[in-house]
Amino acid sequence: MNAMTENWVLIGSIQDIPRRGARCVKSAGKTIAIFRTVDDHVFALEDSCPHRSGPLSQGIVHDGCVTCPLHNWVISLETGEAQGADQGRTMAFPVKLEGESILLSLDAKPETQGA
Amino acid sequence: MKQKLVIIGNGMAPGRMLEHLFDAAPDAYEVTMFNAEPRVNYNRLMLSPVLSGEKTYEDIITHDDAWYEGHGVRLHKSARISWIDRAAKTVTAETGMIAAYDKLVIATGSDPFIIPLPGKDLDGVLTYRDLDDVERMLAAARAGGNAVVIGGGLLGLEAAAGLREQGMDVTVLHLMPTLMERQLDPAAGYLLEKAFTDRGIQVLTQANTREILGEAGKVTGIKLEDGSTIDAAIVVMAVGIRPSAALAREAGLQVNRGILVGDDLRTSDPDIFALGECVEHRGQVYGLVAPLYEMAVALADNLAGGASEYTGSVTATKLKVTGIDLYSAGDFSEADGRQEIVLRDATAGIYKRLVLKDDRIVGAVLFGETADGPWFFDLLKKQADISEMRDTLIFGQAYQGGAPLDPMAAVAALPDDAEICGCNGICKAKITGMIAERGLTTLEAVRAHTKASSSCGTCTGLVEQLMAFALGDAYNPAAVQPLCGCTDLGHDDVRRLIKAKSLKSIPAVMQELQWTTSCGCAKCRPALNYYLVCDWPEDYADDYQSRFINERVHANIQKDGTYSVVPRMWGGVTSSAELRAIADVVDKFGIPTVKVTGGQRIDMLGIRKEDLPAVWADLGQVGFVSGQAYAKGLRTVKTCVGTDWCRFGTQDSTGLGVRIEKFMWGSWTPAKVKMAVSGCPRNCAEATCKDVGVVCVDSGFEIHFAGAAGLDIKGTEVLGLTRTEDEALEHIVALVQMYREQGRYLERIYKWAKRIGYDEVRRQIMDDAKKRRTYFDRFVLSQKFAQIDPWSERVSGKDKHEFQPMATLALEAAQ
Repeated sequence: MNAMTENWVLIGSIQDIPRRGARCVKSAGKTIAIFRTVDDHVFALEDSCPHRSGPLSQGIVHDGCVTCPLHNWVISLETGEAQGADQGRTMAFPVKLEGESILLSLDAKPETQGA
Repeated sequence: MKQKLVIIGNGMAPGRMLEHLFDAAPDAYEVTMFNAEPRVNYNRLMLSPVLSGEKTYEDIITHDDAWYEGHGVRLHKSARISWIDRAAKTVTAETGMIAAYDKLVIATGSDPFIIPLPGKDLDGVLTYRDLDDVERMLAAARAGGNAVVIGGGLLGLEAAAGLREQGMDVTVLHLMPTLMERQLDPAAGYLLEKAFTDRGIQVLTQANTREILGEAGKVTGIKLEDGSTIDAAIVVMAVGIRPSAALAREAGLQVNRGILVGDDLRTSDPDIFALGECVEHRGQVYGLVAPLYEMAVALADNLAGGASEYTGSVTATKLKVTGIDLYSAGDFSEADGRQEIVLRDATAGIYKRLVLKDDRIVGAVLFGETADGPWFFDLLKKQADISEMRDTLIFGQAYQGGAPLDPMAAVAALPDDAEICGCNGICKAKITGMIAERGLTTLEAVRAHTKASSSCGTCTGLVEQLMAFALGDAYNPAAVQPLCGCTDLGHDDVRRLIKAKSLKSIPAVMQELQWTTSCGCAKCRPALNYYLVCDWPEDYADDYQSRFINERVHANIQKDGTYSVVPRMWGGVTSSAELRAIADVVDKFGIPTVKVTGGQRIDMLGIRKEDLPAVWADLGQVGFVSGQAYAKGLRTVKTCVGTDWCRFGTQDSTGLGVRIEKFMWGSWTPAKVKMAVSGCPRNCAEATCKDVGVVCVDSGFEIHFAGAAGLDIKGTEVLGLTRTEDEALEHIVALVQMYREQGRYLERIYKWAKRIGYDEVRRQIMDDAKKRRTYFDRFVLSQKFAQIDPWSERVSGKDKHEFQPMATLALEAAQ
C-alpha cells in the first residue's frame, strides 16, 4: 500500500486484540493504538484525538472508524481524519498482517504527517 | 329525569357510539353496559400485534375504568345477557341481574364460525375473536410445537404470522386455490402465499380437513381429505364469522343473517337499536371496523334526538402483519365492461391492480407497496372520473401532474374531504382543523383528539405528513426520531421488535431490523447492548466492545486519559478500616486527588489505567466493591442518619438506604439512577431532587420519583405512601424495573416519566399489585446475573488485555 515504509516491527498477534477493539503499543514516549475491526482488518493511529488528545484506543470501533471517548469525535481508522463536520487529523501508521502476526511501521503514512 | 339506556355488548362499535353520544348530549341518558368479557373496551384490531408480542393488552385499551366512571356509565363485566323482555322493557343477565331500559342497544358482535368437524370440541381447538383466544394461543405457543390454522383469510393469516413470531411451526390450511380470495385476485394471492412461505409458514391451498385428531381429549393433529395427517398442538379455526343474533331472535325481533335494522339503525322494535357486526343492513353484514364506526356516528345522533341515516359502507382491507404490505378495496372480479391496469415487479415483490368501469375505479389491489391505497380508495368511494390521469394512475398520487411530487406536496394536494384514517373515517379537514383549533403538536395529541391513526395505525405516516404540512417547523416528530443514523426506527420500535422477534444479539438486531451500517455506531451499539442486557438477562452475553469505555473498564475516564475510582460506601456509611485502606492506596499509587463526591462517597482521581487492577485489589482487601460511579445503572443511595442518631428522625433511613443499595447494586438502567432516603420531612438527604427518593414520615415511607438536579432542576413527584419498609422496597424496585423496560437509552427517569405520564406510573406501581409484583420478580431475576463485582473479576484476571499495552518497543525502533 505504501512503498516508502519498509521498517516493519512485529508487535504481536491479531488474537491479542478483541474484535471491534484496540490495544496500545508504547514507543519512545508515544502511544500508538492498534485497532481490529469486525472483519479482522488492522489499523494503527497515534492514540490521540486531533480534538483534545483523547485516547482513541479507548473508543468504540465501528465500520472503519473509532469514536473518541472524550467528546465523540469520529476518526477514520484508515486515514486518521475526523469525519462529519469536525476537522482534524491524527497520525496514521502503516500496519500489515502476516498470518496472525501484526507488523507495524513507525514511519507515519506521509499524507497524515504534520497534521 | 334521565332516560335509561342499556347497551348489550362492549366492543368497539358501542364504545365509539358512546363517545359520540357524550359529545352531543352528555346528560341525556343514564347508561348501563353489559359485557360478556371480563374487561373494558379494547381495540380488537390490535389483537394480532398482541399475539405477535409487539403490543400488550394495556397498549390496546380504548376506555379504561376511569373513562366509564367519569361518564357515569355503569359497566357490568363478565355479565352475559340471556334474556330481553320487550314487554317489561328489561334485560336479564346470566348472573341474575335485571336492568330496565327506555332505549336498548344490541351490540353483540359476531361469533366465530366453527366447522362441524369430528374433534371440533377437543381441548386445543381455538378460535380467534377476543383477548381470551389470544391468551390461549400464547399459552400454547410457550409450550412450542406445531400449530395448524384452518382458514387463509385475514384473521387466519394474522393468527398464523403471530404464532410463527411466537416460535411455533405453523401450517395454514385453505380450502380455496389462493389465499384471501375474497379480497385478492389470484396473482396477489400468490405473492401473499410466497411472503408467508418465506417466513417459514407452510401454506396448503385446496386443503380440505376431514377431522381433527386427538388423544385423551386433547388435540394431536389433523387429518386431511386425502388421508395425510399433520401434527398439531393447537388448531385455530379462522374460517369466518357470523352475526351473533340469537338473543335478538329469541326476543322476537326480525332477524335474517343478522339483526335487521333500517337506516336509522332501529330494529323491528322502535325502542331497540342494534349496531356492529350483529346487524344486517340493506342485505349486508360487515366484519370490518370502518362500517361499524359509521353506524356508531348515525346511531349516536339518533339517540341524541337527531335523524341521521346510515346508508351502507364501501370497505377496504389491510393485512396487519409487520413486514407484509397488502391493501384491497372494492370489487375486482372480472365482468363485462371492466378494464384493468396492472403494474407488476416480481423482483421487488410489487403488484398493483386497478379495476375500472366507465373511467371510474371499482376495485384496487395493492401488494408490496400500499402507500397509495387510501388515495385509490378515496377515488373509488367518490366515483371520481379518472380519464384525465389514466396513463399515470397506477403509479399513484405522487405522479399526477407530470413530475414526481414530494410527499409533503402530495399531502398538501389532497382535498379537504380526503379520507386519511380509514378505520375511523377521519378526513383531512378534521385533522388540520383540530390541529389549528386545539394547538396540537404531537402525534399522541392528534390521536387523542381526532382518533386518526389510533386503531390499526397504518395511516400514521400520512397523519405525520399532514402534521408537518399543517405545523411547518413547529412539528417535531419526536415520536419517530430515529435511534441513530444507522436506522429509521426509533428507540421504542427497536425495543418492541427486540422482544417481538426474540432478537438476542446485536448482529441479530442489525440484520433483522435492516441496519444501514455493517457494525452500527457509537450511539446505537451501547443502546442495543443495554436493551439486550435488560430484556434477556438469562440469555444475552454482554458485549463489552459495545460499551462506553467507562463501563468497559469500570472506572471513569478523565480528560488526560487517566481514570478515577469510586468504591461503594453503602448508604454513605464508612469505617476507619475503609478510610485507612483508601489512605494506603492513595499513598502507594501516588494518587494526586482525593475528593468527597456529591453522592456521599470518596473519589480517587488521576489513576493510570495500568494501575487499576492493583488499586482494586488493595481496596478489595477491606471489602470494597465497585461503586459503579461510571455506570448507566444504580449509582448511590444517599441517606441521613435517621432514628439511629437524629432527634427528629422518624424511621431508620440509613438502614433503608443501605438495604436498597445492597438489593439494587449492579443493575443496568437506561441512564444513571441516583437515590436518597431522608429520615424526616426536613429532608437532609435531599431526596426530593433524585431519580427515586424516600422521605420517611411517622406513618411510613413516602416514595418520590422523577426529580432532577443537573441540566434540569425539577422537584420529585410523589408516587405514594407505603406503610412498611418491605413495601417501600418492593415499590421502588418495581418502579425502577418499569423504567428499565420502557426507558429509552440515556433517558433519565424524570424524562421517561413525563413522557409516559406520572399517573400511568402510579397506576402500574401503586394501584396494580399484581403488575408491581411481576416487575419486582423480573428485577430479582436480572439481578442474579448482574450482581457480580466487576472489580474483583478483573483482579482475578478478567479482561487483562484491557489494562496492559500490547507491546513496548525498544528505542531503536523509533523513527
